[in-house]
Amino acid sequence: MSSPSHAPVATGEIPKANTAAIWRTFWILLGITAVEFLIAFTVSSPMLRISVFVGLTFVKAFYIVGEFMHLKHEVKTLIWSVVIPTMFIVWLVIALLYEGGSGLSSRLNY
Amino acid sequence: MAHAIAQEKPVKNIWGGGVEPLKASYGKLMMWFFLLSDTFTFSALLITYGMSRFSHPAYADKLDAFTFNTAWWPVPDKVFDGVPFLNVHVPLVFVGIMTFILIMSSVTMVLAVEAGHRMDRADVQKWMLWTILGGIAFLSCQAWEWTHFIHGKHIGTLIDGQMFYGANLHRNQYGPPLFADLFFFITGFHGTHVLSGVVLNFLVFFNASMGVYEKRGHYEMIEKVGLYWHFVDLVWVFVFTFFYLI
Repeated sequence: MSSPSHAPVATGEIPKANTAAIWRTFWILLGITAVEFLIAFTVSSPMLRISVFVGLTFVKAFYIVGEFMHLKHEVKTLIWSVVIPTMFIVWLVIALLYEGGSGLSSRLNY
Repeated sequence: MAHAIAQEKPVKNIWGGGVEPLKASYGKLMMWFFLLSDTFTFSALLITYGMSRFSHPAYADKLDAFTFNTAWWPVPDKVFDGVPFLNVHVPLVFVGIMTFILIMSSVTMVLAVEAGHRMDRADVQKWMLWTILGGIAFLSCQAWEWTHFIHGKHIGTLIDGQMFYGANLHRNQYGPPLFADLFFFITGFHGTHVLSGVVLNFLVFFNASMGVYEKRGHYEMIEKVGLYWHFVDLVWVFVFTFFYLI
């Protein structure tokens, strides 16, 4: 994307801005945040709320990383080099949340 | 079979040098891997928040009857319900505004990157300036948020036999001490990232204005700093969910 040789500087002409995709992503992100607000004030079931919030967070993350950070349009090897190591986070979530819960129950029960 | 293979063009080894296997410059790759390591740092902090929350009793009664108590983890809606200049209790509205500011400044950042691809110096300057303004606006909001959190509510909480208002690192009126500690640490660490992002944004804005990148022939610095700025936005999306929404 960033190869300097394509730069149109030599001609002195500045091409017109092409920003449709950027604004599309913006509206998606804004829409998701608005939906989160709606859910926060209407849905009362805690389990449903939490799972929807976490799900929508990852949708937002997908658009920010994929479109704004342009990762979606990079080479496959680069995409996987960044995405695969985050699997360690999944492990940490499971391990530490389990640890926290069992810490609580052992303090309550003994 | 052997004949068919022999006729094919020799495949060039993409890791043998002379090509860009990842089609990205050295600087951008290093930014990606720095951001990956920063992802681990922030994940560790947010997961620690989750672990602390799971290791304290949750408030189980009706939400309307909720009161602050150091015995149980606070309900975020009850802690973060202030709006500047207005004496109202509306959860999420102010952090919602902060989220909007940060997403907006991420948008102006991509617009600056896009302008850089077109070598449009004036547009780069314009969008970088908006991005810097967004960053400063966010930091100001966070300063208010911290002040509000530190000074506390009108009604205090009884801790160790005396009324306590607000929060510090040792005790807080909202819940267990860890709650305020993690609030300060996580939003503080994120705020520090925003602050350094604003400084970096200002540096590239200054360089773009001085024509440094035009002389260089490309605006890749804007892209690299942009990656960092979007990452800060990304982290906020997670902080917003796990600290304020859930």
